[in-house]
Amino acid sequence: MAAPVSGVGNPGVRSSSLNSTSFQKKTRSKLLSIPGTRPSVQNGQLLVSTGVTSLDFLLGGGLAVGAVLLIEEDYYDSYSRMILKYFLAEGVVCQHELFVASAQDSPNDILQELPSPIMDDVAIPKPVEQPRLSSEPQDSLDTMKIAWRYQNLPKVQSTLTSSSRFGHYYDVSKTMEAEIRQAAKCHCFNLPDHPQQTTPSYSPTLESYSALLKSLQEVIQKEGFAGKSRNILRIGLHSLGSSLWGDDLCCCDNPKHTHALTTFLYGLRALLRSSLAVAVVTVPSHLIQNRALMGRIAKLSDTAIALESFKGSERETNPLYKDYHGLLHVRQVPHLNCLASQFPDHKDLAFKLKRKQFSIERLHLPPDLSETVSRVSRGEVPGATGAASACGSSTNKHLDF
Amino acid sequence: MFAELNSILNTFPDKFSQEEFIIISERRCDASFLIHHFLSFYLRARCKVCFLGLVQSFSHYNAVSQRLGVNLVQAKEKGQLVFLEGLQESLDPTKGLQDLFQFVRSSCSGPSGPLGCTDRSGGPEEWGPPVLLVDDLGVLLSLGVSVGTVLDFSHYCRATVCSRLQGNVVMLLHCDEEEDDGDDEGAEQLLKGLTHQCSLTLHVQGLPTGYCRDIHGQMEVCWRRQQADEQHTLNKLFQYKVHDKGASFFARGTSSAFL
Repeated sequence: MAAPVSGVGNPGVRSSSLNSTSFQKKTRSKLLSIPGTRPSVQNGQLLVSTGVTSLDFLLGGGLAVGAVLLIEEDYYDSYSRMILKYFLAEGVVCQHELFVASAQDSPNDILQELPSPIMDDVAIPKPVEQPRLSSEPQDSLDTMKIAWRYQNLPKVQSTLTSSSRFGHYYDVSKTMEAEIRQAAKCHCFNLPDHPQQTTPSYSPTLESYSALLKSLQEVIQKEGFAGKSRNILRIGLHSLGSSLWGDDLCCCDNPKHTHALTTFLYGLRALLRSSLAVAVVTVPSHLIQNRALMGRIAKLSDTAIALESFKGSERETNPLYKDYHGLLHVRQVPHLNCLASQFPDHKDLAFKLKRKQFSIERLHLPPDLSETVSRVSRGEVPGATGAASACGSSTNKHLDF
Repeated sequence: MFAELNSILNTFPDKFSQEEFIIISERRCDASFLIHHFLSFYLRARCKVCFLGLVQSFSHYNAVSQRLGVNLVQAKEKGQLVFLEGLQESLDPTKGLQDLFQFVRSSCSGPSGPLGCTDRSGGPEEWGPPVLLVDDLGVLLSLGVSVGTVLDFSHYCRATVCSRLQGNVVMLLHCDEEEDDGDDEGAEQLLKGLTHQCSLTLHVQGLPTGYCRDIHGQMEVCWRRQQADEQHTLNKLFQYKVHDKGASFFARGTSSAFL
């Protein structure tokens, strides 16, 4: 919701109208009633985490609810897909609802690849037997013989209720366990499942996009994200604008449907601004020849970042970039409810995929020089102090007398 | 309303010229702070304002205006402001922009607009000359309206608001690439057409050398004045920085961060 926090529930105003005194303890409990959200420090916007902590920091704390994050895909779409999966995994952990749309592979495939959360700080009682219990039907509970004392206790469903924290860490080397994943309510939109007839008449929008927008609208209306719901809908739209969506932006210089994607994004913005939803859209921008069009697409989303991976490029072997897997460009920062936008302090950013974690860092000169220097000097220190006391100069250390 | 910009443009809420057609163009940056400036300026000048907010929601404009000391909700209730929220109206640009123009005309020419605000405390308040503000004509292009149609629309608006009603028009246009790129026929073409009609242009650009924390961009102000049967233009270049509640303008290279 693009409205400031007041739209979500302003405790200050409401309580002061009830009680006559103006001395009120400022409670933030109502603001934080939606798990996984927090108000922005700058403008009071309700934020959600992208799942990548360093990306949250870059975007000024997180993604504003009601906003669209555009990710310009890298070649081969491996890292942009990673961010999308992080975003969805964060939704699962925070028990937000998900909406996943894809034209390429089934949304369920994306959901199955979600990274596994690292829940070290959140104390979850997780007995080993639990997966077996939850997977078995209800009647197996009645036949409990040994643990009969626990029979009447309510079944522990809420494995993740305690994780109202903002942002989590994930282990990308493992995929999320199925029962965690299935606990989240997920709406899928798979384009091949939606039969479409080609519209012969001129229309600025494409059948596939309008079907997607309609399906989104239905979900938002049915689940009440436009008003009464106290939950967030996370929308992940994969590879919009690719030819699999029936769009010809990527394949020709003068596409027929120039305005299809921009019209869709405008509709998406209109939809999100009035509901508790947040979207991440990836677009294969390197395939789109028309730069002006890409600029317009970025303009219609709130935040736009571009990933440029080194895979297959000559930069892969460049010693400057040896610690990184690609560069991250911030194309656009959001202007929401404020005049001055929050620019990141630094614009030279690079990302890397460690064994377990995807992270974004400031690009700096390779530290090998300083590191070896410091390491050598540290090694010298104990010997040098002994030598210095004897000879008065540490350079004499290698002398043999 | 930024006081520094007022003195640069030599307009003040109690003394401003009428029949102005102002174009703001933005390139590689965001010039919406100027739209907020003009919105708060004309509301303070007690003009009747018609705002076509196509880019953001009303709550956004309201939140920013409150920081600048203007309450849009009150202005709307009083009938001073007529706000079209493009995101809420389902704009169908394939039918052309006639409906949009009808909306502009009716809200600018009526004594108190289509809201028909009959003030409870006696008759409707009197407002000054009408002002039309458009936040990003580029959205219309993105929605598939042709350049010609947008040019027609802006010409009709200028004829109605500037010439007939002696009001002002301020329009923002986002252009994407470099001027000489020639890639974006749409926005460039539109900008040329609009620059031809207008009396004042504010070209806002990001710095050519890239992003800087203390200077957010530069603004070129071009006046076109008809004086004594000859037309002359006057250009001035400023750099600017947007703050939380305003913006500061300074000559090139004289940012307080460096001096």
